[in-house]
Amino acid sequence: MNKIPNRQVICDVLLEHAKEDRDIVVLCSDSRGSASLSGFAEAFPTQFFEMGIAEQSLVSTAAGLARGGKKPFAASPACFLSTRSMEQVKVDVAYSRTNVKLIGISGGVSYGALGMTHHSAQDIAALGSIPGMRVYLPSDRHQTRALMEALLQDDKPAYIRVGRNPVEDIYTPDSMKFELDQAVTLCEGDDLAIIACGEMVKPAVEAAKLLAAEGISVQVLDLYCVKPLDRDAVLNSARKVKALVTVEEHSVIGGMGAMVSQLVAEYCPKRVKNLALPDEPAIAGKSQEVFDYYGLNAEGIAKAARELMGR
Amino acid sequence: MEKNYQALRAKSFALRQKALDMVYRAKTGHIGGDFSVCDILNVLYNSQMNVTPENFDKPGHDHLILSKGHSVEALYSVLCDKGFFPESDLETFSQFGSKYIGHPNNKVNGVEMNSGSLGHGLSVSVGLALAERMNGSGARVYVVMGDGELAEGSVWEGAMAGGHYKLSNLCAVVDRNRLQISGGTEEVMAQDSQDARWSAFGWNVLHAEGNHVEALDEAFEQSRACSGKPTVVIADTTKGYGVSFMENQAVWHHKVPTDEEYQKAMEELKRKEAACCE
Repeated sequence: MNKIPNRQVICDVLLEHAKEDRDIVVLCSDSRGSASLSGFAEAFPTQFFEMGIAEQSLVSTAAGLARGGKKPFAASPACFLSTRSMEQVKVDVAYSRTNVKLIGISGGVSYGALGMTHHSAQDIAALGSIPGMRVYLPSDRHQTRALMEALLQDDKPAYIRVGRNPVEDIYTPDSMKFELDQAVTLCEGDDLAIIACGEMVKPAVEAAKLLAAEGISVQVLDLYCVKPLDRDAVLNSARKVKALVTVEEHSVIGGMGAMVSQLVAEYCPKRVKNLALPDEPAIAGKSQEVFDYYGLNAEGIAKAARELMGR
Repeated sequence: MEKNYQALRAKSFALRQKALDMVYRAKTGHIGGDFSVCDILNVLYNSQMNVTPENFDKPGHDHLILSKGHSVEALYSVLCDKGFFPESDLETFSQFGSKYIGHPNNKVNGVEMNSGSLGHGLSVSVGLALAERMNGSGARVYVVMGDGELAEGSVWEGAMAGGHYKLSNLCAVVDRNRLQISGGTEEVMAQDSQDARWSAFGWNVLHAEGNHVEALDEAFEQSRACSGKPTVVIADTTKGYGVSFMENQAVWHHKVPTDEEYQKAMEELKRKEAACCE
């Protein structure tokens, strides 16, 4: 089992680049520990800005730093960063086209037992609806690294959401296939497609194995690039299969599944089942307990797939 | 070199004429706030700041964020006068498809950041000031806010950060015209305790007559001399300043002048401009 959370990988990549590129700056909102960015703050104190528990100021200040020629990475719990600061993201980052990379940590139900205040089940819906914002939910540490390396090369706004805990590897450094804004096909199949992002990719792969054993051929798509949505990948899947299942750690309203459904309905109508958190305050518990409760696990995905396939 | 305050005073009235033309032609805008803030923008762009169409795309110039973005007509007038874009562009103000929209738009040459939603500019300016301090450029950052805007909580997050980081290259200006859309600021949400508030957040607090170019210039000179803390200039202004029937009338927050009002206002502004040069 991998012991390195994706947030740690983000810090590692920034540490590797910050020495050579003194324009890289990191901002936190009393969140350097939970963002795994204490190491960055210690190594590069002049490139680190503590903004206190003030997420609106965090985002606006990052935008100002970008306007002044810096490359800011602003990290804060996804729940607060995405909705309390939504207007700052809309106006100062996206609308003003500043090179701000927003790191939403402890996304989804990572803070499961802390309740709805700390769940970020609306971040894709909120930030994805803003013109010019890109939204990424990498699935494992290797993809997180590749994504960070790619985003360091551009000067456009982006939101990257990662969970709190280590997640099992999907990829290996050698087998890693990564093109920015292109979904990754993890296995091929003709009967059904499972489209997942973030921490839901792993159970999607496991579900495909369960279904394969039952004679259902499943394609699994890692749609880490929720926005811009990889339309070609989604529609190629839809054309090939009889039905699709989407899986995400987000509200069923306005998330990746909703975007996929909208696209499929318009261009290649097929049945789509959205597995996600329901439109209610999510039950409290550890992440896995919450996932199990709502069927966001391999068995839950397989069950939905069987129903779609009439099994 | 001695500054020509007479010419600067005259320019303020000329800039008001440009703003009036924009609002009258487009039948939309915020003329009252334009007229109160006009001297502040004029003094900053024409006496204080190192920013020109030639250096705007290069590092190291001074910055201005118009946080009270609804006074955009005043900003566009100043930028046009500075040569950032031709005067004919102003004829498209608020017209269908124009980039000269009713709040600052950084697709317009000379505009740093988009604004219009109140309470953002100060924190953005904190970021700019931090960046310029890192750059060692010596560039200064100015942010102009309205007094009604100070009710936004995000202003005080920015104030806290500016004080915390001792940003002496940051100067905030409050256009203290004491009126907002619903009436007097003291009735809507009291702002008279500002001195104590800014001081408590670690700021150097200055006052200036906000429609008096020499007084403003002197306050900005003092802000340059202050080290170890950011400065706020509370500029006591008159909403609608320059046109007697608009002054201190909340209704002129965004009222559009009739043909007759336009003629009267224009005559008065031209008369005052000419008087500055006598």
